[in-house]
Amino acid sequence: MNDPVWTYLADRDLTLGPVSRSQAGGEFKHWQFSRDADGMAWAVIDQHGTGANTLSQAVLEEFSRILDLVEQRAPKALVIRSAKKSGFLAGADISEFRGVTDAAAIRARIASAHVVVDRLAAFTLPTIAVMHGYAMGGGLEIALACNQRIAVEGTRFGFPEVQIGLHPGLGGTARFPHLCDPIEAMSAMLTGKSIHDREAQRMGLVDTVVPERHVRAAIGAAVSGDLGQARQGLVGQLKDTAPARRLAARQMRAQAEARAPSAHYPAPYALIDLWEEHGGDMEAMKQAEIASFAHLMLTDTAQNLIRVFFLRQKLKDLAPNASGVAQVHVIGAGAMGGDIAAWCAWQGLRTSLSDVKPEPIGAAIGRAAALYEKIAHGDRLKIRDALDRLIPDPEGHGIASADLVIEAAPEKVDLKRKLYADAEPRMKEGAILATNTSSIPLAELRERLRRPERLVGIHFFNPVSRLDLVEVVSHDGTKAEVAAEARAFVGRIGKLPAPAKSAPGFIVNRILTPYLVEAFALMDEGLPPDVIDKAATDFGMPVGPLELADQVGLDIGLAVAEMLKRELDWPLPDAPQWLKDKVEAGDLGRKTGKGIYLWRDGKAVKGHPAKHGTLTPDPDLVDRLILPMLNTAVTVLREGVNDDPDVIDAAMVFGTGFAPFRGGPLHYARERGVGEVTATLSELARKHGSRFQPDAGWDALQ
Amino acid sequence: MSRAVYIVDGARTPFLKARGGPGPFTPVDLAVQCGRPLLLRQPFAPTDFDQVILGCVNVIADEANPARVAALRLGCGPQTTAFTVQINCGSGMQAMDTAYRYIADGGSDLVLAGGAEALSHAPLVLRQDAVEWLAAMQGNKAGPLGALKAASGFRPDFLKPIVGLERGLTDPITNLGMGQTAEVLAHLFSISREAADRYAVESHKRLAKAQAEGWLKGELEPAFARDGTVYNHDDGVRPDSDAAKLAKLKPVFEPPFGKVTAGNSSQITDGACWTILASEAALERHGLFPRARILDSQWSALDPSIMGLGPVLAATELLKRNALTLQTVELWELNEAFAAQVLACLAAWQDEGFCREVLGLDGAAGAIDPESINVDGGAISLGHPVGASGARIALHLVQAMERLGKRRGIATECIGGGQGGAMLIERA
Repeated sequence: MNDPVWTYLADRDLTLGPVSRSQAGGEFKHWQFSRDADGMAWAVIDQHGTGANTLSQAVLEEFSRILDLVEQRAPKALVIRSAKKSGFLAGADISEFRGVTDAAAIRARIASAHVVVDRLAAFTLPTIAVMHGYAMGGGLEIALACNQRIAVEGTRFGFPEVQIGLHPGLGGTARFPHLCDPIEAMSAMLTGKSIHDREAQRMGLVDTVVPERHVRAAIGAAVSGDLGQARQGLVGQLKDTAPARRLAARQMRAQAEARAPSAHYPAPYALIDLWEEHGGDMEAMKQAEIASFAHLMLTDTAQNLIRVFFLRQKLKDLAPNASGVAQVHVIGAGAMGGDIAAWCAWQGLRTSLSDVKPEPIGAAIGRAAALYEKIAHGDRLKIRDALDRLIPDPEGHGIASADLVIEAAPEKVDLKRKLYADAEPRMKEGAILATNTSSIPLAELRERLRRPERLVGIHFFNPVSRLDLVEVVSHDGTKAEVAAEARAFVGRIGKLPAPAKSAPGFIVNRILTPYLVEAFALMDEGLPPDVIDKAATDFGMPVGPLELADQVGLDIGLAVAEMLKRELDWPLPDAPQWLKDKVEAGDLGRKTGKGIYLWRDGKAVKGHPAKHGTLTPDPDLVDRLILPMLNTAVTVLREGVNDDPDVIDAAMVFGTGFAPFRGGPLHYARERGVGEVTATLSELARKHGSRFQPDAGWDALQ
Repeated sequence: MSRAVYIVDGARTPFLKARGGPGPFTPVDLAVQCGRPLLLRQPFAPTDFDQVILGCVNVIADEANPARVAALRLGCGPQTTAFTVQINCGSGMQAMDTAYRYIADGGSDLVLAGGAEALSHAPLVLRQDAVEWLAAMQGNKAGPLGALKAASGFRPDFLKPIVGLERGLTDPITNLGMGQTAEVLAHLFSISREAADRYAVESHKRLAKAQAEGWLKGELEPAFARDGTVYNHDDGVRPDSDAAKLAKLKPVFEPPFGKVTAGNSSQITDGACWTILASEAALERHGLFPRARILDSQWSALDPSIMGLGPVLAATELLKRNALTLQTVELWELNEAFAAQVLACLAAWQDEGFCREVLGLDGAAGAIDPESINVDGGAISLGHPVGASGARIALHLVQAMERLGKRRGIATECIGGGQGGAMLIERA
């Protein structure tokens, strides 16, 4: 709600004790340190030149000096908090981890950081961390070293290290399971999932959750001893005994294997080992944590996942900050249109949704309500407000006032043109017309438009709420500022824009198609589908190609493959007759309950892999599936669909889940060696046909 | 200073018959459901309203001042004031009338005014003696023995809740239910059961025709529930209704001799309706085209036990003040609380003595052509969400005048507690 009265008063909300937000030019660059009238010291972090605090080397060094001052001046208590509106402290500055190679140097650096945190933990005066917004990774580890933790309502906590191939490295692996139920703490660190305020209080991660207006009173209560301290209970202690740990560790390994196989993701297993071996002994565990953390940092997995972290940042930075889109209209309430509209409304935009009939709009509202229930963490008001913003609009009145109109109608040129002919004259001056088409060239759609320069592709991936990538597609007449505005919109709704030229399949579908088609060919050669899929998941793909085809819908997969084959004159194998028959029969995959697999409760029913133990899979199996993707990624780069290899890698990781620990298809090709990859491709071409012929662009990649 | 006041647009939800248990929408939900499409088709922003005024009789506990809650949920912004008005069955029209006067006086230029009611959400209330027993239990400070003593005062009939709606539809002064006041009028104006049933059948036929012909387009906006269900029509309509079927129904309010049945009464229904009222200045500022102009309005009152005659008193005052007659008003919406009550109003205008002595006319006002009144049905066929009906009849009067090419009309309703409201509207 945009209220000028509250806007004026909002700055008063944050309680910073004796420190003022505007204060600058003090003793420290990233912190302010001051004593209040009650004799309490306030260490307030406000990292210079950033919107979010990270625990960089410089921040930590200054913090160490603050601890010196605390030792000298012996205040009544030490309060640690952030002056940033966004939150407390995100984790370490990951850029400092990038490309490191010297294990001894990392160990030394981590050890010296441990010394700082251990000094904080050793203070006998009350130390109180006050957290708002978020407290992640290293930030949360600082808080764990305090006596007491106060959370402002709405704060999220978490140890996301595992997502970049690491585990906590500032004593967190030792302190967290010691403070809370060790199983819960381990599970939080193993999954990297964020923990919401009430959940954190229940676990004992924080001692209290208060609204901002009661922060000062809560600090007072902490100092006077009136604020209860959450501590590990008896059951928690029992779980921390060696035999209990052994038992639990075995289960954890089994669960982790299902999510992140040890062959590709060492970090969870390193963390489990740490705890199993040293769980009862804080000191030993901290020492072991340093060694383990330094070791993980040098693994290809961690370095590639760190690369992926920065690829995300790179795409984010492609979205200009200020989006002029406040109102969106979506034409077409089918699976994609409805979910796009639901997502826009969830992200705070007034969104109207039209369709030729009200029933699909109703179904889209039903899906939106179910989605919001899942992602709102019980916030009834948030669900209500998002549903209020999502306006069913059978007559399409919203077209006239929308800043952006997204067409998500069925993939038929004539239908889309008809919709544009109706919508474009009603759109307001300066509004953007976008299409979610995945297969129709924009050059065809722009014909007959009054303002073709304002047509852009904004191509979402299914499921919209879970896949962060959105391709922003320009045809050769799209105005640069229209494409920029489209990217800004994508950023505004929390997605990642990947710019692409309008070429068949854009980036993602183009690269993905040979993977799907090859899987069909392999099936034709008699391989069981689960064997084919397992080869892909063993490589690190989130789902195999055949399960993916079922998820996408065989009809759509077939249409895209045939379109690409035709448009590009691509020597892909013809779609097998059985596939056409399935589509003809309406066995389209997950959405109909039957495709290549049977689907039950949204899951594919697969045979047991051992069943096929007697079959000897083609030794080329993995390469036949994966290398065509690499080869096509090179084509996409050479043709300039996007001319940045990092963006192409990012698009595949965030649009399809391409094995993230491999850093993207082009990065993987480079790591494996371009010469080796092209040689293998040539060999495959000799055996299986010209579709494997290495692209002309490989030389440029070397 | 009196400025011209225009009706720019309006929309309502489908009126949804209460079918036992709370319906899918609360009063504010209903107001949001029809407010969103209405605001979406305007060339101005929701924040451009000066005020939001909503009529609502049965405000639910979670939605104190539903006007404000609805305004904020509709995106009218924190700085738009909003208040709720309550005059029973006239609440929706009271909201419009209040907006009309603010604009005429120059205090506002653009107002969202309407009504919302979810009768299916009317609470079950505890009997007064049960409430006292509960209070004694909770207030007990005498230890376990005291608790036992207090608990022993429990009687099984404490658990029998009173339907709040039933009490709300009973006039506290006379302790007559609304249906009983219709029985009083049927008696005083000799309205037969058959005439009332015939009237009810006609109401259903007219609404069914209007639905089939698409005459509610623009006025009625579908409502979408969270479970994906689309509500796209007034679902109380019974196109197959006929006199023989209605004759079988038993009197509900005063058995066995009464004439008022569920079939010839308005239905218990959920619904909401908004209208947008604007000054000349607002028309110019936002490039709006008026659909109609409000010329005058009137509220009158009489004995609660004959509240159904309210429209006769209020509308006659409008006629006199504007030098009009029953016949020169081209179109009428007279809210169908009960068939007997509508027929009693029409009879009163033809009653010479009544017109002279009560209305101060020179003689009988005469008859209203049945083809000029409630032309597309009314509360008997589409239901009577009490807070919304007053706005609905005003909006539908505009809609019907546009279709029929009529210029001037009156929307009027009787009001529980012994009042009547009427609004004189001219098509722009």
